[in-house]
Amino acid sequence: MSLITRRRLITTSLTAAGVSGLAVAARLAGRYGLIPPDSGGLYGVGETLTYAAQRLLTSRHSLAREFDRSQISRVAPMNGRIPDNDDYQQLLRGRFAEWRLEVDGLVARPTSFSLAELKRLPSRSQITHQACEEGWSFIAEWTGVALSDLLAQVGVSTRARYVVFYPFDTSWDSLDMADAWHPQTLLAYGMNGRDLPPGHGAPVRLRVARQLGYKSVKYLARISVVDTLADVGDGLGSASPAWGYSWYAGI
Amino acid sequence: MPAVEPHSVLVRVTHWVNAVSFAALVTSGVAILLAHPRLYWGETGAFGAPSLLDLPLPLVLTGQSGWGRSLHFLAAWTSVLAGAIYLLGSVVSGHLRLELLPARRDLAHAAAHLWPRRPAATSDLAYNPAQRIAYFSVVCGLFPVMIWTGLAMSPAVTSVWPWLVTIAGGQQSARTIHFAAACALVVFFAGHVAMVVLSGFRVRMRGMITGRRQVSEGRA
Repeated sequence: MSLITRRRLITTSLTAAGVSGLAVAARLAGRYGLIPPDSGGLYGVGETLTYAAQRLLTSRHSLAREFDRSQISRVAPMNGRIPDNDDYQQLLRGRFAEWRLEVDGLVARPTSFSLAELKRLPSRSQITHQACEEGWSFIAEWTGVALSDLLAQVGVSTRARYVVFYPFDTSWDSLDMADAWHPQTLLAYGMNGRDLPPGHGAPVRLRVARQLGYKSVKYLARISVVDTLADVGDGLGSASPAWGYSWYAGI
Repeated sequence: MPAVEPHSVLVRVTHWVNAVSFAALVTSGVAILLAHPRLYWGETGAFGAPSLLDLPLPLVLTGQSGWGRSLHFLAAWTSVLAGAIYLLGSVVSGHLRLELLPARRDLAHAAAHLWPRRPAATSDLAYNPAQRIAYFSVVCGLFPVMIWTGLAMSPAVTSVWPWLVTIAGGQQSARTIHFAAACALVVFFAGHVAMVVLSGFRVRMRGMITGRRQVSEGRA
């Protein structure tokens, strides 16, 4: 009898220690930004482990591999369609002369940039590998403004935790500040030495070098800096979870 | 009638966690592969570029890779964590060195054990030379290759350890090696299950589930 009692005591205290340990770990993970917005459910456990592990492993200085110009792919497929709404079609017909990128939210100076104004900011070119979640990939040269330069220009609040990207279609998405400040995260307006083609997201698309292709939002219209994603869309950080795809795509 | 413990708790628990993880990884791996059933060598590859191998599988672009990816990474975590615990425990307990590591003479004797045999009532189910070679190559060969090539496909991980992908010969090469090693694991799995069935399904399942083996005389 005493054996059973002791065993029960040990099991109970181990369970209690385990549960409180998990609670402490969850609290710490939340404070240090290691929990992705789509952390719910069984699959959320895997998403959280991957996101937390990669956030602890990577730093702002870990750069995606860059390639030689001779390695640029001849074939660079485009997924999805050009937005068919009137707003976008009209801008496309006007060669984006009327296009503006709105930057708002937790910034000191909410600003609207024209394409010419973006091009006057310091530009950066990089030849990187982009893999689609489907499995195919290509290498291309991307030219644009480092998102970090743009964020520095508008003055980001210390409360900022995410940057939300709204395109002309419904594929909105967001980045945490680690990827937003990353030197290879670009607002790209050029591809392989030419203007960004419409199918690749003209006039300006996001390029996130350390994540799968679907994080690189095309056809940008607005950027908003926020302290929580809970009240953006359905609160899962991007349009992807509704399609069954995870918010974080560093795999 | 002595009760023999052929498998330790460590072996039994991690075996079944990995069995479930493996089933999930194969299923979800196929779901991901169906979104682009072509393999390449080098850094890049896409429709319109030359492939290494066009797999005779249907192209499914209706979002099966979404849950596929979520399940794949969840199962990869459980498999890797259970595998790490198994490997660490096996090194500490000596299981890896004493019971798994094939001796040189095992290589010559392995062929004699390729034919399934029911265990004798008194045998302790110790691994025979063929088992040692098969299990050792899976634990210390195929699993590490799967983990390496899996990580080599991650743009975030390779930003820290770019050599993971460069030694594979490129991101698409890593994907192709990942697929080839997965096929080898499926072949191992088929052989493993066939041997268990043919060499005494009940006694071996009981051994791996309860860790005990009580065979009454004359029933062996």
